[in-house]
Amino acid sequence: MPRLAPPLAPGEETILSVDGLKVNYGAVAAIRGISLDVKAGEVVALLGANGAGKSTMLRTISGLIRPRAGAISFADERIDRLPPARIVRLGIAHSPEGRRVFGSLSVAENLRLGAAARPDRSTMEADREGVYALFPRLRERMGQAAGTLSGGEQQMLALGRALMAKPKLLLLDEPSLGLAPLVIVSIFKTLAELKAQGVTMLLVEQNITTALGLADRAYVLRTGEIALSGAASELRANYEEVAAAYLGARG
Amino acid sequence: MSRAAAFVATIVAVAVVAGLVAILPQLVNDYIVRVVIVMCISGVLVASMGLGNGFTGVFSLGHVGFVAVGAYVSGILSLSQAAKHSYLPDLPGWLSGITLPFLPATIVAGLVCVVLALVVGAPLMRLSGYFVSVATLGFLIIVNVVLINAVDFTRGARTFTGVPLETTLRWAAGWLVVTVIVLARVVYSPTGRRYLSVREDVIAARAVGIKVLPARLSAFTLGAFFAGVGGSLYGHYLGSFSPASFYMAYTFALISMLVIGGMQSISGALVGVVVVTVLSEVLRNLERGLDFGAFAIPPLYGASQIVLGIIFILIMIFRPSGIMGDREFGLGRFVKRKRA
Repeated sequence: MPRLAPPLAPGEETILSVDGLKVNYGAVAAIRGISLDVKAGEVVALLGANGAGKSTMLRTISGLIRPRAGAISFADERIDRLPPARIVRLGIAHSPEGRRVFGSLSVAENLRLGAAARPDRSTMEADREGVYALFPRLRERMGQAAGTLSGGEQQMLALGRALMAKPKLLLLDEPSLGLAPLVIVSIFKTLAELKAQGVTMLLVEQNITTALGLADRAYVLRTGEIALSGAASELRANYEEVAAAYLGARG
Repeated sequence: MSRAAAFVATIVAVAVVAGLVAILPQLVNDYIVRVVIVMCISGVLVASMGLGNGFTGVFSLGHVGFVAVGAYVSGILSLSQAAKHSYLPDLPGWLSGITLPFLPATIVAGLVCVVLALVVGAPLMRLSGYFVSVATLGFLIIVNVVLINAVDFTRGARTFTGVPLETTLRWAAGWLVVTVIVLARVVYSPTGRRYLSVREDVIAARAVGIKVLPARLSAFTLGAFFAGVGGSLYGHYLGSFSPASFYMAYTFALISMLVIGGMQSISGALVGVVVVTVLSEVLRNLERGLDFGAFAIPPLYGASQIVLGIIFILIMIFRPSGIMGDREFGLGRFVKRKRA
């Protein structure tokens, strides 16, 4: 299996740290003071119901939305005022909610665009081969317009496109959204392979069990605040507590 | 196709166009030559409009504003001293003193449009969807009002006249070839792929690190350059024009060519120009009435517009993305969609 992302020494090195983040949509507060961190090699899940602020969190980290207050640092550099292109170049790739592939472009073109922000494109071809090795279905469909792929294939493409940026941190927004259960299993199997290769991920999910199966740690968000956090193994054991935090019944 | 083969194909295509341009005036009458000249000018304008409207998905209604600026700038620059004294006596000294030949006047007209596009586009290209269409329509209206009121430079709403009639078939076809080659090189390059990604999904494009504003602005600006060039060609073809020549009616004529042909390919723009021009010329001649001896079609003035409208509706029903869609004629790599 070719390596798609540069391996980072797993352990205690904090690669992403978010401190007291607040984000507003107009007058509505979407995130009301969240602090979290992701260590190198770790998979961290952000759980929560609709409107909890999970997607907003990812969009703010990747620079698509500007925060109102708080700080985001990536590899010891403040990134909360940088434009998205700079953030991608620093090594954060965002696979957005709802896949958002470039529908009229071919699979191969979509992957090539994933490397658009990289200064060094000499290994582009090899990286694309790496993505095809990870998702053989994409190789079969490389000349096909992305809009004609099935939902699962589009999700693979969205993942592959993010990997083409050679990220040090992968932001995944609901990779299971709208997919059949078997397809979800196959996508998460691939994510587990990536995890085994040492890819650091911040994963947004509504599907608690699937997410906790992959993640090392998790934060449960509710109405823009952290309601609960801990190691995935502990949260798995306390499923009731997680569900309660989700629904807001926890006192 | 390899780079060398594409180069050869380009040379062959250029040679074929050059050959046609050389022999066409011997083969057909003057009327048809004039129609072909107008088609070449429209080709420059519609293909350059397609760059922004089709490839980056910023549907501008302001393209003709740049055409107008190009026509007036090159017109003022190429008016003879005598013509300037009689038609534009209040022109500032630095302008009344110079008279440029056709080619430099055309290039200056294009460059003026580039500067204008950068100024106008910097705020407008941040908008999307309907908003950018309405805002660029505002630009067209502003250009029209300025032309009408800048009486010292443009004679206002009166006809601007005395522009030398220099747009020959050679000039028009030559500029069309330049336009198509430049646009094809841009569109089928990594830059062109960025344009398409911005059109397909702005959020996804930003998420992979593509800068949306520079992509849109560069396409808008390059399109404006060729709009200015086309405006100069048209001005030097007509000889006399007024602000009303470059307004809503012309905007919608060019847009219909682009949409009918298919705005996601350069071939589509050219096909649209040919189809719409030929149809309107044929129908315009038909509506004068025909006499076959045994039976006669009486003249039906105005019918051509109705028939043209019906044909447009039928094309849009059966080919909603235009005649060509996103396909190109396979004339080598420089016009062929590269799917990799």
